Amino acid sequence: MAKSSGSNLNSAVNVSELIAENKKKKSINNYMEKLVPAILFLLASITVLTTIGILYTLISQAVHFFMEIPILDFFTGTELKPLSQNPEFGILPLLNGTIFSSLIAILVAGPIGIMSAIYLSEYASDKLRRILKPLLEVLAGIPTIVYGFFAFTFVTPLIRSIWPQVEATNILSPGIVMGVMIIPMIASLSEDAMTSVPNGIREGSLAMGTTKLETTIKVVIPAAFSGIMASFVLAISRAIGETMIVTIASGSSKNFTFDLTQSMQTMTAYIVEVSGGEAPAGSTLYYSLYAVALTLFVFTLIMNLLAKYISRKFREEY
Amino acid sequence: MSMATDNKVQIEVSNNHTTTENNTTQKRVVYDTKNLNLWYSENHALKDINLEMKENEVTAIIGPSGCGKSTYIKTLNRMVELVPGVSTTGSIAYKGNNILDKAMNVEDLRTRVGMVFQKPNPFPKSIYENVAYGPKIHGIKKKALLDDIVEKSLRGAAIWDEVKDRLNENAYGLSGGQQQRICIARCLAIEPDVILMDEPTSALDPISTLKIEELIKELKQKYTIIIVTHNMQQAARISDRTVFMLNGEVVEFSETDQLFSNPKDKRTEDYITGRFG
Ligand SMILES: Nc1ncnc2c1ncn2[C@@H]1O[C@H](COP(=O)(O)OP(=O)(O)O)[C@@H](O)[C@H]1O
Ligand SMILES: [Mg+2]
Repeated sequence: MAKSSGSNLNSAVNVSELIAENKKKKSINNYMEKLVPAILFLLASITVLTTIGILYTLISQAVHFFMEIPILDFFTGTELKPLSQNPEFGILPLLNGTIFSSLIAILVAGPIGIMSAIYLSEYASDKLRRILKPLLEVLAGIPTIVYGFFAFTFVTPLIRSIWPQVEATNILSPGIVMGVMIIPMIASLSEDAMTSVPNGIREGSLAMGTTKLETTIKVVIPAAFSGIMASFVLAISRAIGETMIVTIASGSSKNFTFDLTQSMQTMTAYIVEVSGGEAPAGSTLYYSLYAVALTLFVFTLIMNLLAKYISRKFREEY
Repeated sequence: MSMATDNKVQIEVSNNHTTTENNTTQKRVVYDTKNLNLWYSENHALKDINLEMKENEVTAIIGPSGCGKSTYIKTLNRMVELVPGVSTTGSIAYKGNNILDKAMNVEDLRTRVGMVFQKPNPFPKSIYENVAYGPKIHGIKKKALLDDIVEKSLRGAAIWDEVKDRLNENAYGLSGGQQQRICIARCLAIEPDVILMDEPTSALDPISTLKIEELIKELKQKYTIIIVTHNMQQAARISDRTVFMLNGEVVEFSETDQLFSNPKDKRTEDYITGRFG
Protein backbone atom coordinates (compact mmCIF):
# COMPACT_ATOMS: atom_id res chain seq x y z
CA MET A 1 0.00 0.00 0.00
CA ALA A 2 3.01 2.26 0.40
CA LYS A 3 3.65 2.14 -3.33
CA SER A 4 2.65 5.36 -5.03
CA SER A 5 0.53 3.66 -7.58
CA GLY A 6 0.38 5.02 -11.08
CA SER A 7 1.97 8.37 -10.31
CA ASN A 8 5.56 8.69 -11.38
CA LEU A 9 6.24 11.41 -8.79
CA ASN A 10 8.79 10.03 -6.29
CA SER A 11 7.92 6.58 -7.42
CA ALA A 12 11.42 5.43 -6.49
CA VAL A 13 10.93 6.27 -2.80
CA ASN A 14 9.40 3.61 -0.60
CA VAL A 15 8.39 5.30 2.62
CA SER A 16 7.87 2.20 4.73
CA GLU A 17 11.36 0.90 3.83
CA LEU A 18 12.87 4.26 4.73
CA ILE A 19 11.18 4.20 8.11
CA ALA A 20 12.38 0.67 8.78
CA GLU A 21 15.93 1.72 7.95
CA ASN A 22 15.77 4.70 10.25
CA LYS A 23 14.42 2.53 13.05
CA LYS A 24 17.63 0.47 12.95
CA LYS A 25 19.71 3.58 13.60
CA LYS A 26 17.71 4.29 16.70
CA SER A 27 19.64 2.15 19.18
CA ILE A 28 21.57 5.20 20.45
CA ASN A 29 18.31 7.03 20.80
CA ASN A 30 16.93 4.23 22.94
CA TYR A 31 19.81 4.73 25.31
CA MET A 32 19.07 8.46 25.50
CA GLU A 33 15.45 7.66 26.00
CA LYS A 34 16.33 5.97 29.27
CA LEU A 35 18.97 8.44 30.36
CA VAL A 36 16.89 11.58 30.01
CA PRO A 37 14.29 10.69 32.66
CA ALA A 38 17.10 9.84 35.08
CA ILE A 39 18.70 13.25 34.54
CA LEU A 40 15.35 14.98 34.86
CA PHE A 41 14.68 13.09 38.08
CA LEU A 42 18.00 14.20 39.56
CA LEU A 43 17.32 17.82 38.69
CA ALA A 44 13.82 17.62 40.08
CA SER A 45 15.07 16.16 43.35
CA ILE A 46 17.31 19.18 43.98
CA THR A 47 14.46 21.13 45.59
CA VAL A 48 13.43 18.18 47.71
CA LEU A 49 17.00 17.54 48.80
CA THR A 50 17.45 21.23 49.67
CA THR A 51 14.38 21.17 51.85
CA ILE A 52 15.57 18.05 53.61
CA GLY A 53 19.00 19.64 54.06
CA ILE A 54 17.54 22.78 55.59
CA LEU A 55 15.32 20.80 57.89
CA TYR A 56 18.28 18.64 58.97
CA THR A 57 20.46 21.69 59.73
CA LEU A 58 17.66 23.40 61.67
CA ILE A 59 16.80 20.36 63.76
CA SER A 60 20.36 19.25 64.48
CA GLN A 61 21.29 22.74 65.73
CA ALA A 62 18.02 23.39 67.54
CA VAL A 63 18.56 20.21 69.53
CA HIS A 64 21.53 21.89 71.25
CA PHE A 65 19.31 24.80 72.18
CA PHE A 66 16.59 22.62 73.63
CA MET A 67 19.17 20.78 75.73
CA GLU A 68 19.73 24.03 77.61
CA ILE A 69 16.29 25.59 77.46
CA PRO A 70 13.37 23.25 78.06
CA ILE A 71 11.04 23.19 75.08
CA LEU A 72 8.04 24.15 77.22
CA ASP A 73 9.81 27.22 78.63
CA PHE A 74 10.71 28.26 75.13
CA PHE A 75 7.17 28.10 73.82
CA THR A 76 5.46 29.57 76.89
CA GLY A 77 8.03 32.14 77.95
CA THR A 78 6.98 35.77 77.64
CA GLU A 79 10.48 37.08 78.41
CA LEU A 80 13.06 37.29 75.68
CA LYS A 81 16.34 38.67 76.98
CA PRO A 82 19.04 36.90 75.02
CA LEU A 83 21.82 39.37 75.90
CA SER A 84 21.10 39.90 79.58
CA GLN A 85 23.24 38.58 82.45
CA ASN A 86 20.51 36.04 83.14
CA PRO A 87 19.32 35.37 79.61
CA GLU A 88 15.73 34.34 79.04
CA PHE A 89 14.53 32.66 75.90
CA GLY A 90 10.76 32.81 75.59
CA ILE A 91 9.52 32.92 72.01
CA LEU A 92 6.11 34.44 72.75
CA PRO A 93 7.19 38.07 72.13
CA LEU A 94 8.41 37.03 68.68
CA LEU A 95 5.32 34.95 67.91
CA ASN A 96 3.30 37.93 68.99
CA GLY A 97 5.18 40.27 66.68
CA THR A 98 4.85 37.87 63.77
CA ILE A 99 1.17 37.25 64.28
CA PHE A 100 0.37 40.93 64.77
CA SER A 101 2.23 42.14 61.72
CA SER A 102 0.73 39.39 59.54
CA LEU A 103 -2.74 40.06 60.87
CA ILE A 104 -2.49 43.77 60.12
CA ALA A 105 -1.15 42.92 56.68
CA ILE A 106 -4.01 40.58 55.84
CA LEU A 107 -6.59 43.05 57.18
CA VAL A 108 -5.21 45.61 54.76
CA ALA A 109 -4.58 43.30 51.81
CA GLY A 110 -7.64 41.06 52.07
CA PRO A 111 -10.38 43.58 51.28
CA ILE A 112 -8.31 45.61 48.83
CA GLY A 113 -7.00 42.51 47.08
CA ILE A 114 -10.39 40.93 46.67
CA MET A 115 -12.02 44.16 45.48
CA SER A 116 -9.26 44.53 42.90
CA ALA A 117 -9.80 40.94 41.81
CA ILE A 118 -13.55 41.49 41.45
CA TYR A 119 -12.96 44.61 39.42
CA LEU A 120 -10.41 42.97 37.15
CA SER A 121 -12.34 39.78 36.61
CA GLU A 122 -15.93 41.01 36.42
CA TYR A 123 -15.92 44.65 35.42
CA ALA A 124 -12.75 45.71 33.62
CA SER A 125 -12.73 45.40 29.85
CA ASP A 126 -10.26 42.97 28.32
CA LYS A 127 -8.10 45.84 27.21
CA LEU A 128 -7.98 47.44 30.65
CA ARG A 129 -7.28 44.12 32.32
CA ARG A 130 -4.36 43.52 30.01
CA ILE A 131 -2.88 46.84 31.14
CA LEU A 132 -3.75 46.65 34.84
CA LYS A 133 -2.72 43.10 35.67
CA PRO A 134 0.96 43.44 34.72
CA LEU A 135 1.06 46.77 36.57
CA LEU A 136 -0.28 45.06 39.67
CA GLU A 137 2.35 42.39 39.34
CA VAL A 138 5.09 45.03 39.16
CA LEU A 139 4.09 45.94 42.70
CA ALA A 140 4.97 42.39 43.70
CA GLY A 141 8.43 42.75 42.19
CA ILE A 142 9.58 45.70 44.30
CA PRO A 143 12.46 44.66 46.59
CA THR A 144 11.23 44.38 50.17
CA ILE A 145 13.96 46.67 51.47
CA VAL A 146 12.38 49.46 49.44
CA TYR A 147 9.08 48.72 51.16
CA GLY A 148 10.95 48.78 54.48
CA PHE A 149 12.25 52.27 53.90
CA PHE A 150 8.89 53.35 52.62
CA ALA A 151 7.35 52.17 55.90
CA PHE A 152 10.00 53.80 58.05
CA THR A 153 10.44 57.13 56.29
CA PHE A 154 6.98 57.72 54.88
CA VAL A 155 4.19 55.66 56.44
CA THR A 156 5.35 55.92 60.05
CA PRO A 157 5.66 59.74 59.99
CA LEU A 158 2.29 59.90 58.26
CA ILE A 159 0.66 57.77 60.97
CA ARG A 160 2.42 59.78 63.68
CA SER A 161 1.12 63.05 62.29
CA ILE A 162 -2.42 61.73 62.82
CA TRP A 163 -1.79 59.61 65.89
CA PRO A 164 1.12 61.08 67.87
CA GLN A 165 1.31 58.27 70.45
CA VAL A 166 2.70 55.93 67.81
CA GLU A 167 6.39 55.33 68.39
CA ALA A 168 9.10 55.87 65.80
CA THR A 169 9.41 52.14 65.42
CA ASN A 170 6.11 50.29 65.68
CA ILE A 171 4.37 47.21 64.34
CA LEU A 172 1.47 49.08 62.75
CA SER A 173 3.34 50.78 59.94
CA PRO A 174 5.29 47.73 58.69
CA GLY A 175 2.08 45.70 59.02
CA ILE A 176 0.26 48.09 56.72
CA VAL A 177 3.12 48.21 54.24
CA MET A 178 3.38 44.43 54.23
CA GLY A 179 -0.31 44.46 53.44
CA VAL A 180 0.35 46.67 50.43
CA MET A 181 3.09 44.30 49.40
CA ILE A 182 0.82 41.23 49.39
CA ILE A 183 -2.15 42.94 47.68
CA PRO A 184 -0.92 41.88 44.23
CA MET A 185 -0.63 38.28 45.35
CA ILE A 186 -4.21 38.17 46.60
CA ALA A 187 -5.57 40.20 43.72
CA SER A 188 -3.81 38.19 41.07
CA LEU A 189 -4.51 34.71 42.45
CA SER A 190 -8.12 35.57 43.30
CA GLU A 191 -8.57 37.05 39.86
CA ASP A 192 -7.30 33.82 38.32
CA ALA A 193 -9.74 31.86 40.46
CA MET A 194 -12.65 34.08 39.46
CA THR A 195 -11.77 34.19 35.77
CA SER A 196 -11.71 30.41 35.67
CA VAL A 197 -15.35 30.28 36.76
CA PRO A 198 -17.12 29.32 33.51
CA ASN A 199 -19.11 32.05 31.81
CA GLY A 200 -22.10 29.73 31.49
CA ILE A 201 -22.62 29.96 35.23
CA ARG A 202 -22.63 33.75 35.13
CA GLU A 203 -25.08 33.69 32.24
CA GLY A 204 -27.30 31.25 34.11
CA SER A 205 -27.53 33.72 36.94
CA LEU A 206 -27.92 36.85 34.85
CA ALA A 207 -30.66 35.18 32.81
CA MET A 208 -32.71 34.92 36.00
CA GLY A 209 -32.90 38.67 36.28
CA THR A 210 -30.06 39.25 38.72
CA THR A 211 -27.72 42.20 38.53
CA LYS A 212 -24.05 41.84 37.83
CA LEU A 213 -23.20 42.56 41.45
CA GLU A 214 -25.62 39.93 42.73
CA THR A 215 -24.18 37.41 40.32
CA THR A 216 -20.66 38.24 41.41
CA ILE A 217 -21.41 37.94 45.11
CA LYS A 218 -23.80 35.01 45.07
CA VAL A 219 -22.35 32.88 42.31
CA VAL A 220 -18.87 33.84 41.14
CA ILE A 221 -17.22 34.38 44.52
CA PRO A 222 -18.64 31.18 46.08
CA ALA A 223 -17.56 29.27 42.98
CA ALA A 224 -14.05 30.71 43.24
CA PHE A 225 -13.97 30.39 47.02
CA SER A 226 -11.24 27.79 47.27
CA GLY A 227 -8.90 29.77 45.05
CA ILE A 228 -9.59 32.97 46.94
CA MET A 229 -8.97 31.33 50.32
CA ALA A 230 -5.79 29.72 49.04
CA SER A 231 -4.57 33.13 47.91
CA PHE A 232 -5.23 34.48 51.40
CA VAL A 233 -3.32 31.72 53.10
CA LEU A 234 -0.38 32.01 50.72
CA ALA A 235 -0.34 35.76 51.28
CA ILE A 236 -0.34 35.30 55.06
CA SER A 237 2.45 32.82 54.74
CA ARG A 238 4.39 35.38 52.71
CA ALA A 239 3.78 37.98 55.42
CA ILE A 240 4.95 35.61 58.14
CA GLY A 241 8.20 35.04 56.31
CA GLU A 242 8.74 38.71 55.46
CA THR A 243 11.91 40.08 57.03
CA MET A 244 13.22 43.40 55.77
CA ILE A 245 10.13 45.54 56.29
CA VAL A 246 9.69 44.58 59.94
CA THR A 247 13.41 44.70 60.68
CA ILE A 248 13.64 48.27 59.45
CA ALA A 249 10.33 49.71 60.60
CA SER A 250 9.45 47.83 63.76
CA GLY A 251 12.75 47.98 65.60
CA SER A 252 13.95 45.27 67.92
CA SER A 253 12.01 45.64 71.12
CA LYS A 254 11.32 42.25 72.62
CA ASN A 255 8.38 43.30 74.77
CA PHE A 256 5.46 40.99 75.06
CA THR A 257 2.74 43.51 74.29
CA PHE A 258 -0.51 43.85 72.40
CA ASP A 259 -0.03 47.58 71.78
CA LEU A 260 0.16 48.26 68.05
CA THR A 261 1.82 51.62 68.55
CA GLN A 262 4.90 49.99 70.01
CA SER A 263 7.89 48.29 68.54
CA MET A 264 7.65 44.52 68.32
CA GLN A 265 10.07 42.03 66.92
CA THR A 266 9.09 39.24 64.60
CA MET A 267 10.77 35.85 64.35
CA THR A 268 12.41 36.86 61.10
CA ALA A 269 13.69 40.16 62.49
CA TYR A 270 15.15 38.32 65.49
CA ILE A 271 17.06 36.01 63.19
CA VAL A 272 18.43 39.01 61.30
CA GLU A 273 19.45 40.75 64.52
CA VAL A 274 21.12 37.77 66.10
CA SER A 275 22.90 36.55 63.00
CA GLY A 276 24.03 40.11 62.26
CA GLY A 277 25.50 40.55 65.75
CA GLU A 278 28.38 38.53 67.12
CA ALA A 279 26.74 35.48 68.54
CA PRO A 280 29.65 33.21 69.50
CA ALA A 281 29.26 29.87 67.81
CA GLY A 282 28.10 27.27 70.29
CA SER A 283 26.46 29.77 72.66
CA THR A 284 22.80 29.49 73.64
CA LEU A 285 22.22 32.74 71.78
CA TYR A 286 23.67 31.17 68.66
CA TYR A 287 21.54 28.07 68.97
CA SER A 288 18.41 30.11 69.72
CA LEU A 289 18.62 31.25 66.11
CA TYR A 290 17.95 27.72 64.94
CA ALA A 291 15.14 27.17 67.40
CA VAL A 292 13.36 30.32 66.15
CA ALA A 293 14.07 29.46 62.52
CA LEU A 294 12.63 25.99 63.05
CA THR A 295 9.48 27.47 64.58
CA LEU A 296 9.19 29.82 61.61
CA PHE A 297 9.66 26.93 59.22
CA VAL A 298 6.89 24.94 60.89
CA PHE A 299 4.64 28.01 60.86
CA THR A 300 4.95 28.59 57.13
CA LEU A 301 4.75 24.87 56.44
CA ILE A 302 1.44 24.72 58.27
CA MET A 303 0.14 27.70 56.30
CA ASN A 304 1.11 26.10 53.01
CA LEU A 305 -0.46 22.80 53.95
CA LEU A 306 -3.56 24.71 54.97
CA ALA A 307 -3.66 26.38 51.56
CA LYS A 308 -3.42 22.95 49.89
CA TYR A 309 -6.11 21.55 52.14
CA ILE A 310 -8.47 24.45 51.51
CA SER A 311 -8.11 24.36 47.78
CA ARG A 312 -8.74 20.61 47.76
CA LYS A 313 -11.57 20.62 50.29
CA PHE A 314 -13.52 23.47 48.77
CA ARG A 315 -12.68 22.84 45.18
CA GLU A 316 -15.75 23.40 43.04
CA GLU A 317 -16.21 21.11 40.13
CA TYR A 318 -17.52 22.61 36.98
CA MET B 1 -25.56 14.72 9.29
CA SER B 2 -28.32 12.56 10.65
CA MET B 3 -31.17 14.49 9.13
CA ALA B 4 -29.87 13.85 5.68
CA THR B 5 -31.87 10.64 5.67
CA ASP B 6 -35.13 12.35 6.47
CA ASN B 7 -37.51 13.72 3.98
CA LYS B 8 -40.68 15.62 4.54
CA VAL B 9 -42.85 12.55 4.21
CA GLN B 10 -41.03 10.62 6.90
CA ILE B 11 -41.21 13.34 9.50
CA GLU B 12 -44.06 12.44 11.71
CA VAL B 13 -46.02 15.30 13.14
CA SER B 14 -47.85 14.47 16.31
CA ASN B 15 -51.59 14.91 16.40
CA ASN B 16 -51.83 17.43 19.16
CA HIS B 17 -50.96 20.20 16.75
CA THR B 18 -54.10 19.90 14.72
CA THR B 19 -56.14 21.44 17.47
CA THR B 20 -53.94 24.49 17.75
CA GLU B 21 -55.06 25.73 14.38
CA ASN B 22 -58.52 26.38 15.70
CA ASN B 23 -57.29 28.13 18.83
CA THR B 24 -54.76 30.48 17.31
CA THR B 25 -57.09 33.40 17.08
CA GLN B 26 -57.71 33.60 20.84
CA LYS B 27 -54.06 33.35 21.81
CA ARG B 28 -52.28 36.50 22.84
CA VAL B 29 -49.11 37.57 21.11
CA VAL B 30 -46.24 37.45 23.59
CA TYR B 31 -43.37 38.52 21.41
CA ASP B 32 -43.89 40.71 18.38
CA THR B 33 -40.64 41.24 16.48
CA LYS B 34 -40.65 43.97 13.85
CA ASN B 35 -37.86 44.70 11.38
CA LEU B 36 -35.20 43.48 13.77
CA ASN B 37 -31.62 43.86 12.60
CA LEU B 38 -28.60 42.99 14.68
CA TRP B 39 -24.90 43.50 14.14
CA TYR B 40 -21.92 42.04 15.98
CA SER B 41 -19.68 45.04 15.25
CA GLU B 42 -19.62 44.77 11.43
CA ASN B 43 -21.20 41.34 11.12
CA HIS B 44 -24.84 41.67 10.13
CA ALA B 45 -26.18 38.63 12.02
CA LEU B 46 -29.95 39.23 11.96
CA LYS B 47 -31.65 40.76 8.93
CA ASP B 48 -35.12 42.24 9.02
CA ILE B 49 -36.72 39.68 11.27
CA ASN B 50 -40.51 39.83 11.57
CA LEU B 51 -42.12 37.23 13.84
CA GLU B 52 -45.09 36.88 16.15
CA MET B 53 -44.93 34.38 18.96
CA LYS B 54 -48.04 33.32 20.81
CA GLU B 55 -48.87 32.50 24.37
CA ASN B 56 -48.84 28.85 25.50
CA GLU B 57 -47.31 27.66 22.30
CA VAL B 58 -44.04 26.02 21.53
CA THR B 59 -42.24 27.87 18.79
CA ALA B 60 -39.23 26.07 17.36
CA ILE B 61 -36.42 27.83 15.55
CA ILE B 62 -34.48 25.67 13.12
CA GLY B 63 -31.77 26.35 10.59
CA PRO B 64 -28.17 25.50 9.83
CA SER B 65 -25.30 26.38 12.15
CA GLY B 66 -24.45 30.06 12.19
CA CYS B 67 -27.78 31.22 10.76
CA GLY B 68 -28.51 33.36 13.83
CA LYS B 69 -30.80 31.14 15.93
CA SER B 70 -28.91 31.69 19.18
CA THR B 71 -28.46 35.35 18.42
CA TYR B 72 -32.20 35.80 17.95
CA ILE B 73 -33.26 33.89 21.05
CA LYS B 74 -30.69 35.77 23.14
CA THR B 75 -32.13 39.03 21.86
CA LEU B 76 -35.48 38.07 23.36
CA ASN B 77 -34.05 38.42 26.89
CA ARG B 78 -31.29 40.81 25.86
CA MET B 79 -28.56 38.41 26.93
CA VAL B 80 -26.99 39.15 23.56
CA GLU B 81 -25.88 42.48 25.02
CA LEU B 82 -23.21 40.70 27.03
CA VAL B 83 -21.24 40.53 23.80
CA PRO B 84 -19.41 43.83 23.36
CA GLY B 85 -20.14 45.77 20.20
CA VAL B 86 -23.67 44.53 19.57
CA SER B 87 -26.11 46.97 17.98
CA THR B 88 -29.74 46.57 16.97
CA THR B 89 -32.47 48.35 15.04
CA GLY B 90 -36.18 47.62 14.88
CA SER B 91 -38.32 46.55 17.79
CA ILE B 92 -39.37 43.55 19.83
CA ALA B 93 -42.59 44.10 21.73
CA TYR B 94 -42.90 41.85 24.75
CA LYS B 95 -46.56 42.02 25.82
CA GLY B 96 -46.72 45.42 24.22
CA ASN B 97 -43.50 46.95 25.56
CA ASN B 98 -40.50 47.38 23.32
CA ILE B 99 -37.72 45.49 25.09
CA LEU B 100 -35.03 47.06 22.91
CA ASP B 101 -35.97 50.40 24.38
CA LYS B 102 -33.19 51.68 26.63
CA ALA B 103 -35.81 52.44 29.28
CA MET B 104 -36.64 48.73 29.56
CA ASN B 105 -35.26 47.23 32.75
CA VAL B 106 -33.42 44.06 31.69
CA GLU B 107 -33.57 42.54 35.18
CA ASP B 108 -37.37 42.79 35.15
CA LEU B 109 -37.52 41.35 31.65
CA ARG B 110 -35.28 38.41 32.57
CA THR B 111 -37.34 37.73 35.67
CA ARG B 112 -40.35 37.23 33.40
CA VAL B 113 -38.43 35.38 30.69
CA GLY B 114 -36.36 32.39 31.77
CA MET B 115 -33.62 30.75 29.77
CA VAL B 116 -32.22 27.24 29.46
CA PHE B 117 -28.84 26.94 27.79
CA GLN B 118 -27.24 24.48 25.43
CA LYS B 119 -24.74 23.23 27.96
CA PRO B 120 -26.33 22.51 31.34
CA ASN B 121 -25.03 25.24 33.63
CA PRO B 122 -26.15 24.59 37.20
CA PHE B 123 -24.37 26.60 39.86
CA PRO B 124 -21.69 24.76 41.84
CA LYS B 125 -24.09 24.59 44.78
CA SER B 126 -26.47 22.03 46.20
CA ILE B 127 -29.52 20.97 44.20
CA TYR B 128 -31.70 22.81 46.71
CA GLU B 129 -29.66 26.01 46.49
CA ASN B 130 -29.73 25.88 42.70
CA VAL B 131 -33.50 25.94 42.62
CA ALA B 132 -33.91 28.32 45.56
CA TYR B 133 -31.42 30.74 44.03
CA GLY B 134 -33.89 32.77 41.98
CA PRO B 135 -36.59 33.15 44.64
CA LYS B 136 -33.97 34.00 47.27
CA ILE B 137 -32.29 36.65 45.21
CA HIS B 138 -35.67 38.17 44.42
CA GLY B 139 -36.36 38.56 48.12
CA ILE B 140 -38.16 35.39 49.26
CA LYS B 141 -36.63 34.40 52.57
CA LYS B 142 -39.10 32.16 54.43
CA LYS B 143 -37.68 28.67 54.67
CA ALA B 144 -41.06 26.94 54.49
CA LEU B 145 -42.04 28.87 51.39
CA LEU B 146 -38.70 28.18 49.75
CA ASP B 147 -39.07 24.48 50.52
CA ASP B 148 -42.43 24.52 48.77
CA ILE B 149 -41.09 26.37 45.77
CA VAL B 150 -38.15 23.99 45.44
CA GLU B 151 -40.38 20.92 45.56
CA LYS B 152 -42.92 22.39 43.16
CA SER B 153 -40.26 23.45 40.68
CA LEU B 154 -38.45 20.12 40.80
CA ARG B 155 -41.75 18.32 40.26
CA GLY B 156 -42.54 20.71 37.43
CA ALA B 157 -39.23 19.81 35.82
CA ALA B 158 -39.96 16.09 36.26
CA ILE B 159 -36.93 15.44 38.41
CA TRP B 160 -38.29 15.50 41.95
CA ASP B 161 -38.38 11.73 42.36
CA GLU B 162 -34.80 11.39 41.23
CA VAL B 163 -33.37 13.99 43.60
CA LYS B 164 -35.73 14.31 46.55
CA ASP B 165 -33.39 12.33 48.81
CA ARG B 166 -30.26 14.21 47.87
CA LEU B 167 -31.32 17.85 47.78
CA ASN B 168 -28.21 18.88 49.66
CA GLU B 169 -25.79 17.26 47.28
CA ASN B 170 -23.89 19.25 44.71
CA ALA B 171 -25.75 19.55 41.42
CA TYR B 172 -22.57 18.61 39.58
CA GLY B 173 -22.91 15.06 40.84
CA LEU B 174 -25.93 14.59 38.56
CA SER B 175 -25.91 13.36 34.98
CA GLY B 176 -26.08 15.86 32.12
CA GLY B 177 -29.77 15.22 31.55
CA GLN B 178 -30.56 15.63 35.23
CA GLN B 179 -28.49 18.81 35.37
CA GLN B 180 -30.47 20.19 32.47
CA ARG B 181 -33.74 19.45 34.26
CA ILE B 182 -32.32 21.15 37.38
CA CYS B 183 -31.68 24.18 35.17
CA ILE B 184 -35.29 24.02 34.00
CA ALA B 185 -36.46 23.73 37.62
CA ARG B 186 -34.28 26.72 38.47
CA CYS B 187 -36.12 28.63 35.75
CA LEU B 188 -39.56 27.53 36.91
CA ALA B 189 -38.81 28.57 40.49
CA ILE B 190 -39.41 32.23 39.69
CA GLU B 191 -42.53 31.45 37.67
CA PRO B 192 -41.64 33.17 34.40
CA ASP B 193 -44.11 33.65 31.56
CA VAL B 194 -41.75 32.57 28.82
CA ILE B 195 -38.98 29.99 28.73
CA LEU B 196 -36.30 30.36 26.08
CA MET B 197 -34.33 27.23 25.29
CA ASP B 198 -31.22 27.22 23.15
CA GLU B 199 -30.60 23.67 21.92
CA PRO B 200 -31.36 22.30 25.40
CA THR B 201 -30.86 18.67 24.41
CA SER B 202 -27.92 18.87 22.04
CA ALA B 203 -25.47 17.88 24.78
CA LEU B 204 -27.66 15.04 26.07
CA ASP B 205 -28.16 11.35 25.37
CA PRO B 206 -31.34 10.15 23.59
CA ILE B 207 -33.14 9.05 26.77
CA SER B 208 -32.56 12.37 28.53
CA THR B 209 -33.56 14.13 25.32
CA LEU B 210 -36.84 12.26 25.28
CA LYS B 211 -37.54 13.15 28.91
CA ILE B 212 -36.95 16.81 28.23
CA GLU B 213 -39.15 16.72 25.15
CA GLU B 214 -41.97 15.20 27.21
CA LEU B 215 -41.41 17.88 29.77
CA ILE B 216 -41.59 20.66 27.19
CA LYS B 217 -44.96 19.38 25.95
CA GLU B 218 -46.22 19.54 29.51
CA LEU B 219 -44.74 22.94 30.31
CA LYS B 220 -46.57 24.44 27.37
CA GLN B 221 -49.82 24.32 29.37
CA LYS B 222 -48.45 27.07 31.62
CA TYR B 223 -45.62 28.67 29.75
CA THR B 224 -44.78 30.08 26.37
CA ILE B 225 -41.78 28.22 25.04
CA ILE B 226 -39.36 29.26 22.36
CA ILE B 227 -36.84 26.60 21.53
CA VAL B 228 -33.86 26.59 19.19
CA THR B 229 -33.07 23.16 17.91
CA HIS B 230 -30.62 21.66 15.54
CA ASN B 231 -32.79 18.63 15.24
CA MET B 232 -35.71 18.81 12.83
CA GLN B 233 -37.45 15.72 14.18
CA GLN B 234 -37.41 17.38 17.57
CA ALA B 235 -39.01 20.51 16.18
CA ALA B 236 -41.62 18.35 14.48
CA ARG B 237 -42.31 16.39 17.66
CA ILE B 238 -42.71 19.21 20.13
CA SER B 239 -43.54 22.48 18.46
CA ASP B 240 -46.72 24.18 17.32
CA ARG B 241 -44.99 26.59 14.98
CA THR B 242 -41.62 26.52 13.37
CA VAL B 243 -39.33 29.28 12.18
CA PHE B 244 -36.79 28.37 9.53
CA MET B 245 -33.82 30.72 9.45
CA LEU B 246 -31.02 30.98 6.93
CA ASN B 247 -28.11 33.43 6.88
CA GLY B 248 -29.68 35.71 9.46
CA GLU B 249 -33.06 35.86 7.73
CA VAL B 250 -36.39 34.22 8.43
CA VAL B 251 -37.17 32.14 5.37
CA GLU B 252 -40.39 30.62 6.53
CA PHE B 253 -42.59 30.75 9.61
CA SER B 254 -45.69 28.61 9.83
CA GLU B 255 -47.54 25.86 11.64
CA THR B 256 -45.09 23.06 12.26
CA ASP B 257 -47.02 20.37 10.37
CA GLN B 258 -47.48 22.72 7.46
CA LEU B 259 -43.81 23.69 7.36
CA PHE B 260 -42.65 20.11 7.33
CA SER B 261 -45.29 18.60 5.09
CA ASN B 262 -45.83 21.44 2.70
CA PRO B 263 -43.06 24.05 2.79
CA LYS B 264 -43.77 27.19 0.80
CA ASP B 265 -40.16 28.11 0.16
CA LYS B 266 -37.78 26.10 -1.97
CA ARG B 267 -34.96 26.68 0.55
CA THR B 268 -37.06 25.29 3.39
CA GLU B 269 -37.80 22.24 1.33
CA ASP B 270 -34.12 21.78 0.53
CA TYR B 271 -33.23 22.06 4.19
CA ILE B 272 -35.82 19.69 5.58
CA THR B 273 -35.15 17.10 2.91
CA GLY B 274 -31.49 17.27 3.85
CA ARG B 275 -30.21 18.76 0.64
CA PHE B 276 -28.04 21.14 2.60
CA GLY B 277 -27.26 22.19 6.14
N1 LIG C 1 -20.25 36.52 20.35
C1 LIG C 1 -20.23 36.75 19.03
N2 LIG C 1 -19.43 37.69 18.52
C2 LIG C 1 -19.39 37.90 17.19
N3 LIG C 1 -20.11 37.24 16.29
C3 LIG C 1 -20.94 36.28 16.73
C4 LIG C 1 -21.04 35.98 18.13
N4 LIG C 1 -21.93 34.98 18.28
C5 LIG C 1 -22.36 34.67 17.04
N5 LIG C 1 -21.78 35.46 16.11
C6 LIG C 1 -22.01 35.40 14.66
O1 LIG C 1 -23.38 35.57 14.43
C7 LIG C 1 -23.83 34.66 13.46
C8 LIG C 1 -24.97 33.82 14.02
O2 LIG C 1 -24.48 33.02 15.07
P1 LIG C 1 -25.42 32.21 16.04
O3 LIG C 1 -26.55 33.07 16.42
O4 LIG C 1 -24.60 31.67 17.13
O5 LIG C 1 -25.91 31.04 15.08
P2 LIG C 1 -26.64 29.68 15.43
O6 LIG C 1 -27.05 29.69 16.85
O7 LIG C 1 -27.78 29.64 14.46
O8 LIG C 1 -25.67 28.59 15.11
C9 LIG C 1 -22.63 33.84 13.02
O9 LIG C 1 -22.13 34.41 11.84
C10 LIG C 1 -21.65 34.03 14.12
O10 LIG C 1 -20.34 34.02 13.63
MG1 LIG D 1 -26.45 28.35 18.47
